Amino acid sequence: MGLSHQGIVNAHPGIALKAVCDSSTYVLDVLSKYTGVTTYADYKKMLAEVPLDCLFVATPSKYHAEIVAAALERGLHVFCEKPFGLDPATGYRLAEMAERKGLVNQVGYHYRFVAAFNEAKRLLDQKLIGDLHHVRVEAYGPVVLRPKGSTWRAQKSEGGGALFDYACHAIDLTNYLIGVPKSVSGTVLNSVFSNDVDDEIYSTLQYSDKCFAQLATNWSDDSYRKMSVRLNFWGSNGRINVDRQEIQIYLRSHEDTSDGLTKGWNVRYTTELTRPVWFYVRGEEYSAQIDHFVQCISTGATPTSTFRTASDTVLVAAMLRQDAGKSRTAVQLNPAGDANALQPPASRPRSFMRSLLDHL
Amino acid sequence: MDRVLFGDNQFFGVNHMSEEKARAQSMRFQDGKAIIEVLDDAYAEGVKTFMCTTHERMTEICDYFRANKDKFPDYVFYPCMPYAHKYANAAAELGMLGAVRSFLPEENKLGALLKGGISLARQDVEGLARLLIDAEMKMFAGLNTPVIFLQNVATDFLLGLGFDEAFKMFADCVRERYQAEPGFITMNAPLLVPRLEKLGISNPIVCANINKVGFRMCPSIQAYEELIAQGRCRLVAMSVLASGALAPRQALEYVCQFQNIESIVFGASSRRNIAQTKQLIDELTRS
Repeated sequence: MGLSHQGIVNAHPGIALKAVCDSSTYVLDVLSKYTGVTTYADYKKMLAEVPLDCLFVATPSKYHAEIVAAALERGLHVFCEKPFGLDPATGYRLAEMAERKGLVNQVGYHYRFVAAFNEAKRLLDQKLIGDLHHVRVEAYGPVVLRPKGSTWRAQKSEGGGALFDYACHAIDLTNYLIGVPKSVSGTVLNSVFSNDVDDEIYSTLQYSDKCFAQLATNWSDDSYRKMSVRLNFWGSNGRINVDRQEIQIYLRSHEDTSDGLTKGWNVRYTTELTRPVWFYVRGEEYSAQIDHFVQCISTGATPTSTFRTASDTVLVAAMLRQDAGKSRTAVQLNPAGDANALQPPASRPRSFMRSLLDHL
Repeated sequence: MDRVLFGDNQFFGVNHMSEEKARAQSMRFQDGKAIIEVLDDAYAEGVKTFMCTTHERMTEICDYFRANKDKFPDYVFYPCMPYAHKYANAAAELGMLGAVRSFLPEENKLGALLKGGISLARQDVEGLARLLIDAEMKMFAGLNTPVIFLQNVATDFLLGLGFDEAFKMFADCVRERYQAEPGFITMNAPLLVPRLEKLGISNPIVCANINKVGFRMCPSIQAYEELIAQGRCRLVAMSVLASGALAPRQALEYVCQFQNIESIVFGASSRRNIAQTKQLIDELTRS
């Protein structure tokens, strides 16, 4: 991610890349030799020596808080990768600090910049499918297919695991589209292949008495070529099914067709929804989020994804972890397999003959 | 270069418009035989250049064409490297250096192993690049590969970082070791071409999205139309149907109006669609 951001930042006409800091001296040497960028192995030294306006942080998550705080202290605008640190309290504290100092603060939840998801948001905000009663959010991908992982992503203490690395994208996107859940229950955190971290997360998220979501994340599925995020929304007037490239809208009724939508199925694709960016690598959304950050610095606007919204996401992740750790209250299967035994005697159904005899 | 080139997205579950369509294609083409059948169809329709990623599954396809040289005497491959997901997944699992190490040739040739280790240690990027290119090209041994492309993820990554010298390294390696022309796939053609010229790579082969709706033509469709008019590179147009968003005739009318576009690469999975597209391109090119 760091190299990807560096390329996009370096190609942006509105900002000038002045220095790069990394823990790998090998990478720094190659970058210095072939791109001429000034390099540092110590971020404190870099912040002290180089006059800067903003900082992009793409380190392993456990270093986010310390580095972001140091940058904010120096009055820098900050773009930080997700998840924003590993605990919500620290995240909110940094959000408050940035807001107090009037500094632009953004987190790399790039799905907020995908046109298809924004189209879904626009239609949901308009209540096109009526009152929402159910949401299903799924994120699958082929990241961990073997027990042995030798990077920080494979270690819980480093912020590794599917909950922080994968599910956070799904949680953040859902927060963006319909808001933060009030509670979570029935959370499952499982390892499929990993030794130290979770590979899959499933949970029920409650928004109100009438609206629940089901979250499903699994990064051990190589039937997917790359990370795939999909959301399904069920409302009183229909359904929206959306992924990164396509939005399918089913409407039970739709009077005003001036918006180009009709009753029944409607499909819109990224080819018509997505605007080109000034520089493209891997996806428009990666460039769009950086451009957004730069524009917010110019205009003083609040970014679409901030330290505060990112801390909401880490908070929900913490709720999931806490819920998964609790002892489960489940309804056990009765070993006798007798379904009647589950019902209280008064409501036991009477046999047909018995009912007939009663009436004679 | 042939006027009409055949692409491989449909074979590997890649569709930039719809994930659902991508999955359906991925299921259909699980078996190498299904891919070969479509390539046979394309050949029968006069499409004899296959522009393909260096996906592991290509080995089976290459074996088939090696074994059937008399059936396909004039068949041409344009390898496109590297297959980015292979490296990205490995990097996520093993870290960057671990990933690079895992792709260096495991050959029994002690020379290759030593070279790899030394190149890594000395940060001899050029040496490393040559070894990686060799590893990617292995599957095409004995086949005709007159143009070798750098995939867009690699090209645009390097472009953004400002690591322009890598383009020269790629071009030199391709010319010296494979007697082939280097090509560059990119999503940022107006930005790339002047940078290649500065390196002394003039009139480069560049493959980029060119379609009527400006899909993924960055920064803008106007910038591309200007580049095309300037005639300073050999252009291969891809995504001419905008991944399925455009009807063939209107899509190809747009692309074929430009004299300076040398070739068009498209993908299809039925003989009918291949025939229709090829015939349309021929018709619109003549006029």
